[in-house]
Amino acid sequence: MATLTIRDALNQALREEIIRDENVFVMGEEVAEYDGAYKVTRGLWKEFGDKRVVDTPITELGFAAVGVGAAMAGLRPVIEFMTWNFSILAADQIINHAAKMLYMSGGQFKMPIVFRGPNGSAYQVSSQHSQALEAFYANFPGLKVVMPSTSADAKGLLKSAIRDDNPVMFLEQERMYGLKGEVPEDEDFTIPLGVADIKREGTDCTIVARSMTVPLALQAADKIKEELDVSVEVIDPRTIKPLDIDTIVNSVKKTNRLVIAEESHYFASVGAEISHTVMEHAFDYLDAPVKRISTAEAPNPYAKNLEALALPDVDKIIAAVKEVCYL
Amino acid sequence: MPKLSPTMEEGQISRWVKNEGDAFEANETLAEVDTDKATMEMTALSGGTLLKILKGAGDTAALGEAIAIIGKAGEDISALLSEASSNGKKETAAATKPAGEKASEPKAQPVSTDGAAVATAPEPKPTPTPVQPSEGGRMIVSPIAARMAADNGVDLRSISGSGPNGRVIKRDIEEALAGGAKPAVAKAFTPSTIVGASPFRDESTSKMRQVIAGRLAESIGPIPTFYLTVEIEMDNLFATRKQINANLDDDAKISVNDIIVKAAAMSLLKHPWVNASYQDKTVRFYEQADIGVAVAIDEGLITPVVRGANLKGLAEISGEIKDLAAKAKAKKLQPEEYTGATFSISNLGMMGIKEFTAIINPPEAAIIAIGGANPTPVVRDGQITVRSIMNVTMSCDHRAIDGATGARFLQTFKQMLESPAMMLL
Repeated sequence: MATLTIRDALNQALREEIIRDENVFVMGEEVAEYDGAYKVTRGLWKEFGDKRVVDTPITELGFAAVGVGAAMAGLRPVIEFMTWNFSILAADQIINHAAKMLYMSGGQFKMPIVFRGPNGSAYQVSSQHSQALEAFYANFPGLKVVMPSTSADAKGLLKSAIRDDNPVMFLEQERMYGLKGEVPEDEDFTIPLGVADIKREGTDCTIVARSMTVPLALQAADKIKEELDVSVEVIDPRTIKPLDIDTIVNSVKKTNRLVIAEESHYFASVGAEISHTVMEHAFDYLDAPVKRISTAEAPNPYAKNLEALALPDVDKIIAAVKEVCYL
Repeated sequence: MPKLSPTMEEGQISRWVKNEGDAFEANETLAEVDTDKATMEMTALSGGTLLKILKGAGDTAALGEAIAIIGKAGEDISALLSEASSNGKKETAAATKPAGEKASEPKAQPVSTDGAAVATAPEPKPTPTPVQPSEGGRMIVSPIAARMAADNGVDLRSISGSGPNGRVIKRDIEEALAGGAKPAVAKAFTPSTIVGASPFRDESTSKMRQVIAGRLAESIGPIPTFYLTVEIEMDNLFATRKQINANLDDDAKISVNDIIVKAAAMSLLKHPWVNASYQDKTVRFYEQADIGVAVAIDEGLITPVVRGANLKGLAEISGEIKDLAAKAKAKKLQPEEYTGATFSISNLGMMGIKEFTAIINPPEAAIIAIGGANPTPVVRDGQITVRSIMNVTMSCDHRAIDGATGARFLQTFKQMLESPAMMLL
């Protein structure tokens, strides 16, 4: 095991896959000579050159389209968005082309493409640069959506995403790039898409968290255990689509209570989807209505104090757990 | 259950016109259904055969709930049956009360098969702690709590929910199970009497009775109470008592109250609606009169129960009341000795009270308040004369007892006290 930041774990995954498969290449704004806006692609251009690591102009729709065409031609592009906020410019290529290609070509064209970059809030980058877009993309059939929360998950899932023959939205989190964790050194280490991970076992309440809310949920679980002796289970679905609902339902059947913590807005969120599906499969096991912690229903504020109030935090998660446990 | 009136939400099968196996044509009447408005005919929408009746006469079904299976004669309906029975299971989970009580019914049997009376601990009825009130009297129960209660036979109505709006939650069921909500039944206890708690039968309440109950409860709290007062001439009774007591030792003398208990018990057997308990979907009719007798003690009030007072002679009743009152004052009464009466009597006559109203002890349907018997001028055969007049006021639960029902009971009661020989009948 090596201890790596999520940034370096992603870098390792890209490097190993570029070496492993000559069809893999990385493309995006500043990914080559500048080593990436968040340094995820550090050293790759120097090592592999212009053909495998390609800088683009500020033209999201254009380079997304080049990626889609390359994937149709049999390459395996990894397209970096400087943040997922800019992917909205490329949404036509992602939703209308990448997501539909296999279906509308009657299976003639596969779409082995990965779109990746940071998603959600950063530090005071205001409304247009703080959006969590997983629910938006998860709504469309044909797209897979992945959101890692640890270094090992980041590496193992990115390698699986690159090897997958379908378009995969790979949503990282800027605040988490520096988080360290142990990563297996085996070059063939992958984590299959669609498998949730129980980050912490517990008996009294389940928290389903993803991306940035996973470390928050784990801190909340520790505090609740210490202060109230309530045992919380934390589940990270890791892949939003396809969703490993069985792991969540089995946990709720054990704990009877569910809190969902997410960074996206509340309305029509992935948390709403999980809540509904749990109600379908485990209605008779619930002891309390499912509780969701999401980002406030407002454009994300720039002001530091307001931004802190808008986002999920440890105290909000603890309050939700207490509510569903009737404490 | 089809919608047979614009406002109905459930219907009660009044009777099935067709039997299982009968063929029918479109528009033929299959059953008669009591709705909230009237008894309606349920007609067939198309021809077929009535294969299986799922809800018999007297059963209630919500709109859309399966009440029967129709189809072609000889058709395999096993899949439909299992579906219907699994739905039925969920129904029981939602309303465990009837199931729980039915289960306790056999245990309440006081008499052995050879006819000899056996000592059986009276079945303490689940104390009907008022359910946390929610809108429309609906219980709020979390799904897992409902399931646990159904699995463990816990009566949800005996539990007060600790969740928001009185929601019964998992923790409440766990506490009820840990505290042994039911096991009190198993306590070894030798009753002071040879008679156990009254056996009973539950009969479905009619739509009309449910509407009466609902409307009246809406008007006056959970127990819509009304009061009936009757004057009873006690002179004959006093004379009879004198004759009896002349032959008895001092410590065995019969009190007026003992005779009142006996008369009430005898009257109750003639008026089953008064010896009853309104239970929402059913009315519980008791087969014997277990009379609760209010006894004042230092801390307040307790009502020890004379079981099967209708079956006992005055001497036995008298001895038993003395015994129970002594135990009550010494705080030695066992719960089985002061719970589960079918009717109660409160007597403040000896305290100089002329007349008063007593408060019903739920789930009983009535209580009578006995005032003092005072010499009073009355008119008899056109002459003013003096008689001992006792005022008795009965408080009635209007959900079970209507004015005329209560009045008829009091007539019988009055008759028995004014002509004590009637009690020999």
